[in-house]
Amino acid sequence: MTKKITVALAGNPNVGKTSVFNAITGSRQHVGNWPGVTVERKMGKRTYKNIEMEIVDLPGTYSLTTYSLDEIIARDFLIEEKPDIVVQVIDATNLERNLYLSTQLMELGVKLVIALNMKDLALAKGNRIDEEKIQEFLDVPVIPTIASKGTGIESLLDAIIEEASKARTNDDPLSYDESTEGRVHELEMILKSDQYFAHYPSRWFSIKLLEGDENIIKKAQESEKYTPIREILRKTDADNFETKIADQRYSTIQAMLRQVCDINTCHLSGSDMVDRVVTNKLLGIPIFLALMWAAFELTFTFATPFMNMIDIFFGWLAGATAEVISTEWLASLVGDGIIAGIGSVLIFLPNILLLFFMLSLMEDSGYMARAAFIMDRVMGRIGLHGKSFIPLIMGFGCNVPAIMATRTIEDPRDRLITILVAPFISCGARLPVYVLLAGAFFGRDAGIVIFGLYALGILVAVLSAKLMRTTVLRGEDAPFIMELPDYRLPTLKGSFIHMWERAKIYLKKAGGIILIGVVGVWLLASIPAPGSGGIFGSEEIYGSTDSLVGALGHLIEPLVAPLGFDWRIAVALVFGIVAKEIVVGSMGVLYGAGEDEQNLSNILAAGAMTPLTGLGLMVFTLLYVPCFACIGVIKRETGSWKWTLFQLVYGTGLAWGFAFTLYQVGSRTGFLT
Amino acid sequence: MPEKTLDLIEPETSVKILKLTGQRSLRKRILDMGLTPGTKVEVMRRAPLGDPVEFKIKGYNLSLRKKEAQTVLVETVE
Repeated sequence: MTKKITVALAGNPNVGKTSVFNAITGSRQHVGNWPGVTVERKMGKRTYKNIEMEIVDLPGTYSLTTYSLDEIIARDFLIEEKPDIVVQVIDATNLERNLYLSTQLMELGVKLVIALNMKDLALAKGNRIDEEKIQEFLDVPVIPTIASKGTGIESLLDAIIEEASKARTNDDPLSYDESTEGRVHELEMILKSDQYFAHYPSRWFSIKLLEGDENIIKKAQESEKYTPIREILRKTDADNFETKIADQRYSTIQAMLRQVCDINTCHLSGSDMVDRVVTNKLLGIPIFLALMWAAFELTFTFATPFMNMIDIFFGWLAGATAEVISTEWLASLVGDGIIAGIGSVLIFLPNILLLFFMLSLMEDSGYMARAAFIMDRVMGRIGLHGKSFIPLIMGFGCNVPAIMATRTIEDPRDRLITILVAPFISCGARLPVYVLLAGAFFGRDAGIVIFGLYALGILVAVLSAKLMRTTVLRGEDAPFIMELPDYRLPTLKGSFIHMWERAKIYLKKAGGIILIGVVGVWLLASIPAPGSGGIFGSEEIYGSTDSLVGALGHLIEPLVAPLGFDWRIAVALVFGIVAKEIVVGSMGVLYGAGEDEQNLSNILAAGAMTPLTGLGLMVFTLLYVPCFACIGVIKRETGSWKWTLFQLVYGTGLAWGFAFTLYQVGSRTGFLT
Repeated sequence: MPEKTLDLIEPETSVKILKLTGQRSLRKRILDMGLTPGTKVEVMRRAPLGDPVEFKIKGYNLSLRKKEAQTVLVETVE
């Protein structure tokens, strides 16, 4: 019989919690979301000495108050789910601040095991630590680990099992001054007299009440004993109390540290020297831009051959199956619908793998925090966090990985805004549309026009972010309190695990939506319009005026007529929802130019469309509904159809407004007609 | 010793925290990061665009925007 225990992994951000998690669970992990929020919840399993452990990775937090979503999640899990053991991963190079969280965990009455991680780095920094003394002081097991190398993990597991078999919980190691202890005691007496509070550790609950924790006070208000509680609280000034408690916690830790380690912090650390260059007044921005450029090039240029291979392979597969299947509509469904659909999901995989490999290198090395530090001034102007900059930059390559990259933004509102405006950053797939139309109508000025479109995309993203910040997602800017962790050498294994996790999320969660969308459009293009007499799935019908999509084009023509668009453009735009690069191909079919782009360009320039309409179409393509892949990840990352729909309606509305103004003003003044 | 807010301190200067004057949630977060009254803070550098600012405190590096640093009352130390 195997025994099952739940182990929660807690700790400050950047302490190597993920490395410990990976070292314990290996590849047996899965990523989901915490209930009701889009904060990532990582779980993993490990069977050790016949005991099955379910490891839950809590969000990295500095404290356990309720001022950030991460803290609320961690705290609620500890109180409500009551894991058998809590392992706190502590960064040995930064004991003082890390132990602050330990004091709070112990106050919560959990069974704690400390993984003293990166002791090797602490030694290198000149800090000698006596973990046995820490163990003595705190009365909890302290296990030194170097998780990135897997050192100490077995001892940690042994300690978990031993601790789990013990009956006791830890006592609070901290005692506060007399008046505080008096109040705490008074409150505890009241709490213990009411069954309603039995669920909560009474000492912790009392301290939180005195600190004026809104969440806890609300819970207390529902009790019949609230009147005497309120009497005690009335005598306490919560604001001062909070400062006093934090101060006393830190003083206790300092007193302990003086005895357990020999800290040498006066010398300039290696990180500080790197930072002198990397965040230097003059060099900081050029270095940042160079690194961004390199990451971008690697992500998109390096991925291109792989993407082409996937493209060619699925093109070949579609053709080959079509030849084998004799029923025409079935061949088309399998070839143009399903295989093309799977291809359009997989084609982004090289981008996503490379981007996340790069992002995890940046995060694990500590550079990500510097990038946010450097760019925060710019992003702060539009009400966002410095960390929003990188996802937006990545959007120039492809909006799909860009939206997934917003996972590095902690504040949920900042993250949502970044997701919602990211599709306005002109991605690589929209470029062929610009090249065709700008080439056909603007000749030598094509470059300026295309540059203008990119600039318009940035402008719309920036202004929309500012607009959302002051309307639908109004609120105080999240305070920018960010640790700049020491630089560290990232491990290849860690980066690969990270990369693979993202790829899995993309394939599993976004893939389905993309596939359904692509097959849906195939159906529209293959079903003959009523009364046209065409054959379902035949080559003649596919995407023509006699198909359902053709009929749809005619149907929505009045909607786009004020923009100067006819039914053919409407059809091309419907196809553009599958993938933006299809706009060019379907225009080729609709204007009778075949697959030859030069031919299409000539037909358009010869008068099939005015330059004004061409410009309007480019602007529309930039701003309207992004592709299915993008819609899929917006849904996946916001966790909400409401916000996904909001993005689609908002973007299309803007696209319509811009194109309308352009066409109406242009045609009246004779501009570009 | 003159009292100043932390955002006004020049880089490469050390100061001691006297008081946190921000509103509640901000103050609590700053406290949690270890900026308790009496703690020594070294101003390291400003970001290339002038804001935010990097500090060294309790042996680690922290950055705050000027807006947040303004709520930290400090005195200079030698």
